Amino acid sequence: MSFSHYLVDLAKIFVSSSIINNIILIQFLGLCSYIGLTDNMSSSIGMSFAVIFVTVCSAILAWIIDHWILIPFHLQSALQITAFVLVIGSFVGLVEMYLKKASPNLYKAMGIYLPLIATNCIIMGVAFINSLNNYDFVQSVVEAIGISLGYTLAMIMLAGIRERLRNSDVPQFFKGKAIAFMISGILALAFLGFQGMIK
Amino acid sequence: MKKYFKIIWDGITPTNPVLIIQIGLCSVIAVSNSVESALLMTFAFSLVMIPSNIIISSIRKFIPNEIRVPIFVVVIAAFTTISALIARAYFTAVYELIKLYILLIVVNCIIIGRAEAFAYNHTVSESLFDGIGMTIGYGWVLTAIAVVRELLGKGTLAGIQVLPSSYQPALIMILPPAGFLMIGILVGALETYLRKKGDKK
Repeated sequence: MSFSHYLVDLAKIFVSSSIINNIILIQFLGLCSYIGLTDNMSSSIGMSFAVIFVTVCSAILAWIIDHWILIPFHLQSALQITAFVLVIGSFVGLVEMYLKKASPNLYKAMGIYLPLIATNCIIMGVAFINSLNNYDFVQSVVEAIGISLGYTLAMIMLAGIRERLRNSDVPQFFKGKAIAFMISGILALAFLGFQGMIK
Repeated sequence: MKKYFKIIWDGITPTNPVLIIQIGLCSVIAVSNSVESALLMTFAFSLVMIPSNIIISSIRKFIPNEIRVPIFVVVIAAFTTISALIARAYFTAVYELIKLYILLIVVNCIIIGRAEAFAYNHTVSESLFDGIGMTIGYGWVLTAIAVVRELLGKGTLAGIQVLPSSYQPALIMILPPAGFLMIGILVGALETYLRKKGDKK
């Protein structure tokens, strides 16, 4: 494969992971934080930045574990899940401790979201998606960036709509979380329009 | 014996993991577009939920309090591996469709939540029944949504034609947005019910 083909391939992975197969609206990962944290704009932006950072780092880590340890020793089918969950879990813990010590301001902005990230299925999901698709290193990083930007997009869209909803008259039946799900359904419908953009 | 029935019943309605506590929604929405994947997902879930509850409650006296979460995670990861391998071996066709969600049982909030909230401070037999109750509670919601979606979206149930062939399938029901809409309606109905019940008291 020539270099230009490779670049086109990367662009395809990016568009597909961020928009066409949006991680929240089409693949339904990370719904807990999507519904739980979109009450206001600032917490959804904080969470999104934390997710972008951790997803990219853990995708790199997962690729290294997968290609340098699990595949050479033929352990992929037996130990992959355990290895990923342990390494990514301890990585998030490490980032949290480091931030607390090194930059208290950043910790204040991002710190409360980090424990939530440890149990967020997006982080593990990206590691598994990369491994299931046999992506190489650059492709894995591009996929991770695409997925986390897609997550940011969906978070900010829903947070913006929900901030407006506060002053509007929601039917009694849908008050509370139900309306957030209905909105996501309509957003997902809009995102379905991107299907078939890449062959 | 009555105590155990109560634990199972608790999982089915009063503390239903999906409807009441609203955790573990990701897999519910994602795999509910066909009955076959819903059943396989429930099966895989039970293979992780029940054994990990038993193991965690049987070693709960030896687990140091500070590192309990990593220990829970390792136990759950081991059973997820087993369940994913079983699903891949015996149900290959359906597994290929939902493999990502089966692998992600490892970070399913319901299982970690029950390990922390129930198995860690209850006896082995109670934890076993809690696992069964949670599996039934998770499974019936998932399967109920899947039945509605597949029936309206394809006119079939688990691949068998049920509605007459003159029925025009509403394709939207098996596409992703319908998952959100169904959960939205369910949550709305449930919250309305709880609100009315609260008003009566």
